[in-house]
Amino acid sequence: MAELTEDRSKEVMTVNIGPHHPATHGVLRLIVDLEGEVVRELKPVIGYVHTGIEKSCEDKSYWKVIPFVERMDYVSYFFQMEAFCGAVERLVDLEIPPRAKYLRTIFLELNRIHSHLVWLGTTALDLGAISMLWYCFRERDKILDLFEMATGQRMHTRYFQVGGVIEDIPLGFEQKCRSFVEEMPIRVGQYEALLDRNEVFLQRTKGVGIVSRERLLELGVTGPLLRAAGEPWDLRKAFPTLAYPKLDFKIPVGTVGDNYDRYRVRVAEMVESARIVGQCLDALPEGPFIAEDRKYVLPPRSELSTSMESLIHHFKLVTEGYRVGPGEVYYGIEGPRGELGCFVLADGSSKPARVHFRDPSFVNLQAFREMALDSYVADMICSLGMLDPILGGVDR
Amino acid sequence: MLRGDLEGEDLERYVEERVVTTTFEKMQNWARSNSIFPLTFGLACCAIEAPISIVTARYDLARFGAEALRASPRQADMIILSGRVSIKMAPVVRRLYDQMLEPKWAVSMGACSSSGGMFSNYAVVQGADKFMPIDLHIPGCPPRPEAVLYGFTKLQRKIQGNADQGWRARYNAAGTEEWARGGPRSEPNPEATAAYEEARELARA
Amino acid sequence: MPDAPGLELLRGEIERDRPGAVLATSFDRHQAALIVDPDQILDVLRWLRDTEGQAYKFLSSLHVADYLPAEPRFGVHYELLNRDRVERIRVKAMLADPGEDGLPEIDSCVSLFPTAEFQEREAYDFFGIVFRGHPDMTRILLPDDYVGWPQRRDFPVGGEPVTFTYNERRYG
Repeated sequence: MAELTEDRSKEVMTVNIGPHHPATHGVLRLIVDLEGEVVRELKPVIGYVHTGIEKSCEDKSYWKVIPFVERMDYVSYFFQMEAFCGAVERLVDLEIPPRAKYLRTIFLELNRIHSHLVWLGTTALDLGAISMLWYCFRERDKILDLFEMATGQRMHTRYFQVGGVIEDIPLGFEQKCRSFVEEMPIRVGQYEALLDRNEVFLQRTKGVGIVSRERLLELGVTGPLLRAAGEPWDLRKAFPTLAYPKLDFKIPVGTVGDNYDRYRVRVAEMVESARIVGQCLDALPEGPFIAEDRKYVLPPRSELSTSMESLIHHFKLVTEGYRVGPGEVYYGIEGPRGELGCFVLADGSSKPARVHFRDPSFVNLQAFREMALDSYVADMICSLGMLDPILGGVDR
Repeated sequence: MLRGDLEGEDLERYVEERVVTTTFEKMQNWARSNSIFPLTFGLACCAIEAPISIVTARYDLARFGAEALRASPRQADMIILSGRVSIKMAPVVRRLYDQMLEPKWAVSMGACSSSGGMFSNYAVVQGADKFMPIDLHIPGCPPRPEAVLYGFTKLQRKIQGNADQGWRARYNAAGTEEWARGGPRSEPNPEATAAYEEARELARA
Repeated sequence: MPDAPGLELLRGEIERDRPGAVLATSFDRHQAALIVDPDQILDVLRWLRDTEGQAYKFLSSLHVADYLPAEPRFGVHYELLNRDRVERIRVKAMLADPGEDGLPEIDSCVSLFPTAEFQEREAYDFFGIVFRGHPDMTRILLPDDYVGWPQRRDFPVGGEPVTFTYNERRYG
């Protein structure tokens, strides 16, 4: 009986959350040591959607790899394509035409808005603001309509090619995109009106999940998480590629680095992305949308019935694919969640010898333990939402 | 309409116009098919389209009476396998399916969970029906929400037409029901058993 | 990126402090790489991180590539980033495969770059490279009881061929 009179407030209970749990944004499993309601130790267990994509890529020719890499981080598929296509373009030293650069930038930034909308809808849902899901997915469907109009698919479009994009944007895309871009900042203002004066939302996000800027850098965290802590680091500015050097945009930065700042940074990024798309539409140059180099780029369909040479090129590219000389390239871009790097090792054949993705969700997840430690379980769920891991990207 | 207002032929016609007679099973199945509780469960890419996108305003699963997603498998009667099933996830999915109360339906959404899709490699189970019964496959990578809704109406029709759980006959799993208080056990169907044996022979050959 | 002469200068500076640490350099596709003796990898990483005027303080990515026909076989890549000068450099340590005797080993850099923790576990998971001194050297993405190192080049891709049983049955 002596044990019962002891102070039992220090008792630690281990709770398993996931892999099937609606608040883990996928199939993440968390092993949490709780003392009362306070998280004392936390261990993420991942790998529940490990798909072996990197291995499958080694078995496909370069142009067939593009659909595979899209399915890693399934919310930011254009970024995955850009990382891979950009890496291969650096391997074969292929310059893409200016129109393709602008088109890619348009789709990347639309995809960034799309990714942040999915994040905002699901995270606000976790915090009880269920109507946000409806509003965010309304705008998301508009973006998907734009994707579908230009590429034929809602998700996983396979629009970017090595050398440019596969097709020009159709008639009417510009007007539709422009009206969306004009509407988006108004919508973001409406989201803010719903959330920024919502006492529940403010209390659950302000001052929660703070990790210092230095520690975040040590942990390799990039993207909105790092910027929310006050570090203005963005690869679009640091290593500008595509049309980014010619565009005028700002990098939103937070101050404290709590969950509220993370929310503010992402919401501000949506507005900036909408501005970028508008600028790209204004400055969209005329010209070819894909490089002319027939060694790597499929000839246009119209030439196939008239030119023997084009037919041979087409046949060679489709059956065997192009060969890439030995070499290795690491190419990093700023994805919606941070630095998305693609490492491609070529061994001279028509298949890559290794494709590795440095996925921001995978690296950022290491900061989750420190974000959630010594906070309440409910705040841990909030921090996880604000971390925005996409488990397909974590597990690949 | 008070009792006694109509008599004779008028009453007969009135009843014929306003009353439908059916069996209790049919009514039960009709009610079941229009009040499905899907499990809030997502695996990969398709999860953005199926459990999330179809409940939102544009697609609105509520029109089919299935907008009440349930987070616990013990309250749900439909599971949508939305995405690839890895070898690490397969036991978990099977366990979730086993935890669901009968009658239950499983929908395999997208190419990955139906057949492994493009991921023919060491990490992905090549088709979810290797380890659990699937009632409906929806093709696509990922399927459009409209495709999921179409599949959903197909599933409703299946539920309305079938008094039994369907998959037991296909998978020769008669007598494996789990009832709370000793419910009826199904008898093996000789035709289904023969078809099952034949399919296995084919698979072995 | 440091350009080709800059890379040679960097190599010279490392050579002065840590003789014999850098085995070779490569400058290919505008990307600079130092090929480093695996036994001194921590020294070189620490030098690159802490030396005045270098400050490669951010480890972008740690990954492994399998150069199978070549020997030594495994290359552990450290993509370092200098955020002051906005430069990247790749540090490569080549490890030979001990074959049946055991697994290739290298020092863990978690003490220098905590971000490497998950990435080293991933490298162990897929290639069977043991990082000495890692706090938790277990599988991360695959099940704990998985046998084999699936992303080595000599590991089969797996999967299964598609069989069309319906057609066989109907048309023989």
